[in-house]
Parts: sequence; structure tokens; C-alpha cells
Amino acid sequence: MIHDMIAIIDEYWLLLLIGQYPNGPLGGLANTLILSALSIVIAFPFAILLAFARLSSYRALRWPVTVLVYVTRGVPLLMLVLWSYFLVPLLTGADVPSFLTMLATLVVYQGAFLSEIIRAGIVALGQGQMDAARALGHSWFGAMRYVILPQALYNMIPSMLSTFVATIKDTTLGYVINVPDLTFAASQVNNQLLTQPFQVFLILALTYYVICWSLTALTNVVERRITRRRAGLGPRRRGEIALPLTPKVTEQL
Amino acid sequence: MKGFDLAAILGNAEYMAMLAHGIQITFVIAICSWLLAMSLALVLLAIRFSPGRIGNSAVAAYVSYHRNVPTLVQLMLWYFGIYTLLPSGIADWLSAHSAEMVFAIIGLGLCQAAYFSEDLRSGLRSISPGQMEAARALGHGYISAMRYVLIPQGVRNALPALVNHSVSLFKNSSLAIVIGAPELSHAVKEIENLSFRTFEIYLIGTVLYLVFSLIIMAAGAWLTWRADPLNGASR
Repeated sequence: MIHDMIAIIDEYWLLLLIGQYPNGPLGGLANTLILSALSIVIAFPFAILLAFARLSSYRALRWPVTVLVYVTRGVPLLMLVLWSYFLVPLLTGADVPSFLTMLATLVVYQGAFLSEIIRAGIVALGQGQMDAARALGHSWFGAMRYVILPQALYNMIPSMLSTFVATIKDTTLGYVINVPDLTFAASQVNNQLLTQPFQVFLILALTYYVICWSLTALTNVVERRITRRRAGLGPRRRGEIALPLTPKVTEQL
Repeated sequence: MKGFDLAAILGNAEYMAMLAHGIQITFVIAICSWLLAMSLALVLLAIRFSPGRIGNSAVAAYVSYHRNVPTLVQLMLWYFGIYTLLPSGIADWLSAHSAEMVFAIIGLGLCQAAYFSEDLRSGLRSISPGQMEAARALGHGYISAMRYVLIPQGVRNALPALVNHSVSLFKNSSLAIVIGAPELSHAVKEIENLSFRTFEIYLIGTVLYLVFSLIIMAAGAWLTWRADPLNGASR
């Protein structure tokens, strides 16, 4: 069993890592990571705007975003993937690669989730920060830019990291529309071998496990640091006992 | 491109039967895997709270695996991998009894059990140790203190997370399309292939999922409200 798995990795590691890259589109693990990183980077500013809209006092801004958030929370990602697969080529009028379709889906989906995280971060800071900043002469945007967001976003770093982990896991759904990611590469390997599906999919599962586990571990470290800094303590000295922590936020929904 | 016409789907008896069947399968998968997940979560929780290093780290490894591997990959490992390793007698019996549904239920149930057990654990851990000590001081035994003092509060604390994860379990049942279970999104795809009315049938599928999720969320919110002693919970 282990020998089979080592033999598979030995033969197909390049395909699993970068897909058919020089001779075809980039794929494999590299594509999975690029897709998730890009979607978080694009979703982030979008999510801040959505959070502002949800906190706004104008109904015309608040309601559509609330609907969007509830739709993304209530509809399976698979359904959204199918929607973009159908709508993105229709709207752009071009033959869009499945990578971009998946990217668009993830931006909307994770944007909605991130906006909830950011909104919670802003609300958790309390109204006093905004009032004080306004009293000091900041405009609403100035207060947001210089007072609220720097604090809220800093406190939200752990939740954002766990959103990134969730995004990596969500990219697997690209399989349904043939995005050439890690899952796709593994099923290609499986189609070539045909005889060892368990070994191939176990390698796939373990690869995801290693990546997501290390990112989750990083999240926990960062979270502990931030909790300490918020409590007004410096970096932990050697031999000092760790602070008891509040319940972790290592995953979304 | 044909004009928008919902009646072309809603008025067609064949399509409606397919949709109804899809909804039925989705609920069978969701409810069975919820029951599997919840019972397994209680077992995991019992192991976690009992002394013994080996059991504890085994549960921790179980939870870590199921939270860090994408659910879709877990389903694929079950259906494409573990299925082929089973002895031929069991495999034959399964393939005669819709194996894709069995594996969807097992895969989703085992995965969600990890989330449920963590929810319950953090719910119980958020109660201060003083509660147990006070209950023991009042003459409760360990079991009775758990039953009457700790578990009611712990479950109440865990309720919002449990509801959220129940909604994701319901949504994740759509992943079973990948292993060919004939659930709702599968029915949606099939009707799309037959009718070519992509927009209409996707809209119907989306609304159905949304309505069911919102019902689960509302039921959960009501339960959470009821469980609060201020709102007249029984205990």
C-alpha cells in the first residue's frame, strides 16, 4: 500500500504539482493555491465595501447586500458554481476559461462571508471609537480609514486566515466545471492508473490535509499573539505560562 | 435563447416529478447523515471527556482530518477509493442498494460529526468549573450533575454553532452530485439537459435550496430563543 503510494507520487508528482504546465494550462497544486490566493485578494476590498453597505443607514444600500449575504449563506456553493458556469460566458460574451469562472464564484461567495467577518469586527469595536474620531474632526471616511478599519482588520486577521483555508477547500468544487486544480490532477492520475483509486485519493486527501493543517496551525499562533497584544501584554517571554484563551475562531460557519 | 418561461418547467409533470424525487433524496441524505453525525459526535465527545491519552489523541486526529480535508475529497475517497477495497460480497450488496447514497450519507455524516463534536465540546467547556463543583456540593452525582446542570447549559451555548453546521450539512448534500447520487442538484442538472431552460431551472433549484436553508436557520433561531431561560424554557 505505502509502496504503491510512493510509486504514484514518484511518477506523477509533477502532474500533481503544476498540471501539464509547459505543454498545457497551469494546474495541480500550484493552480489550487493561486486560485484561492487570488480570490481572497480580490474578495477582500469587495468585502469591505459590502460591510460598509450592510452597516450603512441607507436602506437602499443595506437591503441588497443583506439579501446577497443570506443567499450565499443559504445556497450551496455548487449551485453558485453552476450559475457562474452559465452566466459568466453569457454576460461577457466570450469563451471564458473555467479558472476565471471559478474565480468569479469564489470572489462573490467568500466576499459575502468576509464581509460578515469584517462587519462583526467593526461592530465589536463599539460605537465609541467612531464617535471619538468624529469628535476629533475626522469625516466618516477618515474615521473608517484611520481609526476603525486598522483596528477591526487587525483583530480579524485570524478569521481571515481561516477564510483562506475554507477557500482552499472550496476550490475543490471547480472539479465540477473541470478547473485544472489539484483534485482534477488527481482524478487524471486515477484515470491513467485505473487500478489504485484508493491510493490516489488518499494522496489527494493527505496533500490537502498537510496544507490546511499547517495554515490552521499558523492561524492559532497568530490568534494567540493578537489576543496577547489586545490584552496589553508584550510578546511572550521564555518560560512564561500561556494565557487562557477565549474560544477559537478557526472556521467559518 | 428562448424567452424566460417558468411555466415550461413548473407545468411539466415529468420535470416536477424529477424535482420532487431530487428533494426527497436530498432530505434522505441530509437527515440520515445528520443523525449519523450527531450520534457519532456524542461518542467522540464521551471519549474526549473521559480520561486516557490514546482515546483523546485519536479523537483529536479524527477531528483534525475531517476539518482540514475538503468534504468533496472525503466523498471521493469513500466512493472511488474505499468502495473498491470492500470485500466483493459487501460491494455487490451496496451496488444493488444505491451505493452512492450510502457513501454520501457515510461521508457527510463522518465529516460533520467532527464539527458537531467540536461545537458541543466548546459549548461544554465554556461553562465554568464552578458549576460542576456547586452541583456536586448540592449532592448531585457526576452523571446527575452532567444531566441536570452542565449539559443543559452546554447544549444551549453550542446551539448557534450546531444550527450553522446543520445548515452547512444540508448544503453539502449537494456535493453528492459528484459521486452520482440523484439528489436535488443532480435533478436540476438533468432537467437542464432535457429542457435547455438553464436559467429557469437553476432559479428554481436555487430558490428551493434557499427556502429550505432559511427554514432550518429560522427553526434554529427559534430553538435558541426557546432554550434561553428568560424566554420560558422548561428548565
